[in-house]
Amino acid sequence: MATAEAQRAVPARGERSVPSRRRSIGRQVGRWALPVFTAVAIGYLLIPIVVMIIFSFNDYEGKFNFIWHGFTLKAWSQPLAWPGLPDAIRISLTIAAVSTLGSTILGTMIGLALTRYRFRGRGVINGLIFLPMASPEIVLGASLLTMFINIGLGTGITPPGLGLLPKGSFSLGFTTILIAHIMFNISYVVVTVKARISGFDRRLEEAAMDLGANEWTTFWKVTFPLIFPGILAAALLAFSLSIDDFVITNFVSGTTNTFPIWVYGVIRNALPAQINVIGSFIFLVAVGGVAISTLVGGRSPRLAR
Amino acid sequence: MSAASSAVTAAPPGAWRRRLFAAAPYILLTPGLIWLLYFFVWPAVQMVLMAVSSGTLTTGFKPTGTLKPLTDALGKFPTQWSNSLLYGGISTTLDFLIGFPVAYAIAFRGGRYKNLLLFLVIAPFFTSFLIRTISWKILLGDEGPILGVLKSLGILPVDYSVLYSPVAVISGLTYNFLPFMILPLYVALEKIDKSVLEAASDLYANRWHTFRRVTFPLALPGVFGGTILTFIPTMGDYVNAELLGSPKTRMIGNVIQGRFLQSTDYPVAAALSVVLMAGILIAVLIYARALGTEDLTG
Repeated sequence: MATAEAQRAVPARGERSVPSRRRSIGRQVGRWALPVFTAVAIGYLLIPIVVMIIFSFNDYEGKFNFIWHGFTLKAWSQPLAWPGLPDAIRISLTIAAVSTLGSTILGTMIGLALTRYRFRGRGVINGLIFLPMASPEIVLGASLLTMFINIGLGTGITPPGLGLLPKGSFSLGFTTILIAHIMFNISYVVVTVKARISGFDRRLEEAAMDLGANEWTTFWKVTFPLIFPGILAAALLAFSLSIDDFVITNFVSGTTNTFPIWVYGVIRNALPAQINVIGSFIFLVAVGGVAISTLVGGRSPRLAR
Repeated sequence: MSAASSAVTAAPPGAWRRRLFAAAPYILLTPGLIWLLYFFVWPAVQMVLMAVSSGTLTTGFKPTGTLKPLTDALGKFPTQWSNSLLYGGISTTLDFLIGFPVAYAIAFRGGRYKNLLLFLVIAPFFTSFLIRTISWKILLGDEGPILGVLKSLGILPVDYSVLYSPVAVISGLTYNFLPFMILPLYVALEKIDKSVLEAASDLYANRWHTFRRVTFPLALPGVFGGTILTFIPTMGDYVNAELLGSPKTRMIGNVIQGRFLQSTDYPVAAALSVVLMAGILIAVLIYARALGTEDLTG
């Protein structure tokens, strides 16, 4: 690298004016240093993923998949062969699906209200949406746990109406994880949907109304199809946040295991390659999904605008 | 509102309909806001109350009527607080030093590879946070791909170790939150009108001056966004310290997690969370004022 710079800088040495020489050396450094630095940094970001995939094929000795011993397809041929793993994956997928549906509906409604109507208190609501994203996850998890403990003990002040639910509705487990996931996903959905709606041409709706469509028809035939890609993006984001969440889930999960919680529990005593297999599989599915949506999305923007 | 008014001309609605459409924003907002009020605001209030209480699971929790638990929370765990600040500060700084050139390169030199490069930056998000940290543990292992090779080449002594040290924790934190730094920086840099930079060079600003006086100031919203998005999660993190560190590298997140989930010492855990949250909010406000980007937080 350094020699390449020096060689390229040589012709500039002959020039008389100092500033132009300095500028061209700077230009050479900039031309090479920045791409190389960027490549190294991106390599840094990708190395753990490469390690994850490589070590899913590791024929490791003992319980810990830490040191490379040779290639095998053992773990890939039995991806679920570990006690508790199938259940954890099933619960993770269920919670991700339901919380995505819930948070996408609630968040899209808020997003629509915030971008299409002027009303009092918008600033406060924007703040309320922003705060969960600006809070460390540990604080969100800890405060939810505090409330669930209080409800369980009958101490503290239960939010109005929740006391009417049968006792034990909020004992830690599936329900409390679902509540938490919908809560932290709403903000991300609102922000994503808002970004999509703000680039929206309102004249299209006015045209539909001028042609005699009422508000209901206009919304479902014009508005909704146009903002649908934004809603879909929000839903994908919500799904991936939900399926990956560890910190908040760990506070409110009780004895229920989602996939990340299961991983955290199991790695105290063993590091099965199945963790790498599932991780690699999720990675490949996600990358495939993005590739497909890019190909599909590549055709639609003209229509969407 | 224009949509509603044109509807009036199209078909005069009944009074109930007009009222329904006037209420539309509130109907849209209510379910989601109730969820946030019940499961975000209300728990936060409960936690603040818990933070100034005392008691145990068996005796119940009663407010102490003083703020002493909060000052105790700050004073009782000096090592963990300073670890959090130190590790969080160092990894945020490193993320900025790594992230800014990368964001700059993608925004200004990305060309047709821009989307591919951005995709590579967010690729880590397609795997689980825990698994990435475990991979990092493999990488930093004493006989792992990095230290093992360096040791066999004789560059490092055989008993050299990184895992379970502060360096391991900081490198894990730096790694895990780097995309949060790059993306806001990229968005801010990408928005800059290239003709402004040309104008600067037409006015005889050299590259350094153009960068310092034009590009960097215009990228400040991204600097603000990136640093808070990185600093906040690193300050509250406990997974990296748990998996890559040792008891000596415990951060405040480890204490909160341990007190809540293992020793059920809820008042102290709540007090620590409240102090952490308050500290972060104050730091963000001061920082926003210092950078002059208050209007960008909303």
